Amino acid sequence: MSNRLEIKFGNIIFKNPVVTASGTFSLDYEQHFNLSQLGGICSKGLTRYPRTGNRGIRIWETASGIMNSVGLENKGIDLFNKQDLPLLKKLKEQGVRIIANINGSTREEYIEAINHLNKEEIDMLELNISCPNVKEGGMYFGMTSSTARVLVRQVRAVTNLPLIVKLSPNGDDIVQIAQCCEEEGADGLSLVNTFKAMVIDIDRRKPVFDNIYAGLSGPAIKPIALRMVHEVCQKVSIPVMGMGGVCNGRDALEFIMAGASCVQVGTANFIHPHSCLKIIAEIDDFLEAAGIQSLEEIRGII
Amino acid sequence: MAKIIFNRELDTGIYHIKIAGKYKGAMGQFYMLRGWESHHPVLGRPLSIFDLESESISFIYKVVGEGTHLISRLKESDDIELFGPYGKGFPPPKGRVALIGGGMGIAPLYLAGRELFFDSEIEVVHIYLGFKERAILTDLFEKVSHKLVIVTGGFISQKININDYNYVFACGSEEMMKAVVQQGNYGKTQVFVSLEKRMGCGVGACLSCTCQTAKGNQLTCKDGPVFPGEDIFFE
Repeated sequence: MSNRLEIKFGNIIFKNPVVTASGTFSLDYEQHFNLSQLGGICSKGLTRYPRTGNRGIRIWETASGIMNSVGLENKGIDLFNKQDLPLLKKLKEQGVRIIANINGSTREEYIEAINHLNKEEIDMLELNISCPNVKEGGMYFGMTSSTARVLVRQVRAVTNLPLIVKLSPNGDDIVQIAQCCEEEGADGLSLVNTFKAMVIDIDRRKPVFDNIYAGLSGPAIKPIALRMVHEVCQKVSIPVMGMGGVCNGRDALEFIMAGASCVQVGTANFIHPHSCLKIIAEIDDFLEAAGIQSLEEIRGII
Repeated sequence: MAKIIFNRELDTGIYHIKIAGKYKGAMGQFYMLRGWESHHPVLGRPLSIFDLESESISFIYKVVGEGTHLISRLKESDDIELFGPYGKGFPPPKGRVALIGGGMGIAPLYLAGRELFFDSEIEVVHIYLGFKERAILTDLFEKVSHKLVIVTGGFISQKININDYNYVFACGSEEMMKAVVQQGNYGKTQVFVSLEKRMGCGVGACLSCTCQTAKGNQLTCKDGPVFPGEDIFFE
């Protein structure tokens, strides 16, 4: 492969445009392929302190999609730094970009979490203001431009790490929220997180999920996610990571043509553990066949 | 992609599928199976290894939803995908061993029986199987046990005194496993249970299959599916 897959996201070079999405990937995938082939890895949603996540059913299949209600179960920043970062750093040395996905119930919690990552060798912070599965914080900050603006401003003030903001498709106006993040100094955006959704068990006459609503992802949401990425890319000048049901090279290229610099792959990792590798190869095949030297030639052409 | 050797209905809605190829695995581990190419259903189906031979692997399953329904329609020489082996299986036991299975929970116990029956560290292997209506595969279990107890329509957990054994491996409904664990006299008998949960990835990434244990949240797919019985907080 030539370096035609290489992309620049702001000042950061990714060896290819495929990044694993938060909560859908872990170092356990090493048993399936050499992770150094990835463009980037986004951590599980992290909070300052460990969380046990939601009770009840956490995953449910729907037509070409899955709904999840994990509720940000995670080991907390300290254990992440101690257990996961040393291994992630080895991948970083091999050119894989490492992104830490940060969550909090309050602005203070976000900031405290970031303060504990600031000195670590990560490439980027992904500020998650779009988790639909927690009662406090999470998506609350991503629902309106005013809440997003205040949080991004405060986070920007405490970190020099490249900062991307992960947007919710469930907010007021995703374009306006995206513009606010840009104005407050975000270096990039990632979108979209899962769609707030619902399923009812008619036999029990109860919602399947204890939280009633859960987050829908997978191929089912791709056309809507793509539209949102396209709309946002028209209006911001910071780079965008597109996501929402990317399962193959063609899906990824759609997001890039819509304006994204790279894509995040989530649900597809569950469909097929080698999905990311397949997507990278299929993008390369497309570029080869079309005689394209750089993804920049086709980025945002729509 | 792998080729199906056979996919037989053993009883209404219960199938035995055998797939060609060289596969790895140990008693209690599982694979994720996909018998369709589209994105629907999205997730593979986690099935415990029923048997492993040099040129094949087999599973038994019950049709409970769309995924297992699609797998059940596959015929000899059709293609199927499988990923694994995943998870932590049963530990190597010693002395007197009992295997207790209820319903589809019998699935991981045949491989366990086959491995242990011929193991010189093992004094006896007694197998207890409980079924709702009709017993299946008893001829196979007969060959890998010193005693086989079958119950149809009752509670298999009532047929065993677990304190007669050094090791007990149980797989079945939560009620059955709970009843077995609660018999325990943990000085002598070590009880291990194999849990079943809805899974996403199978490798420990998605945290969908968490179970509550004495050690905090554990992942059924990665830390299990086999756990020490006394650690599990049954729901």
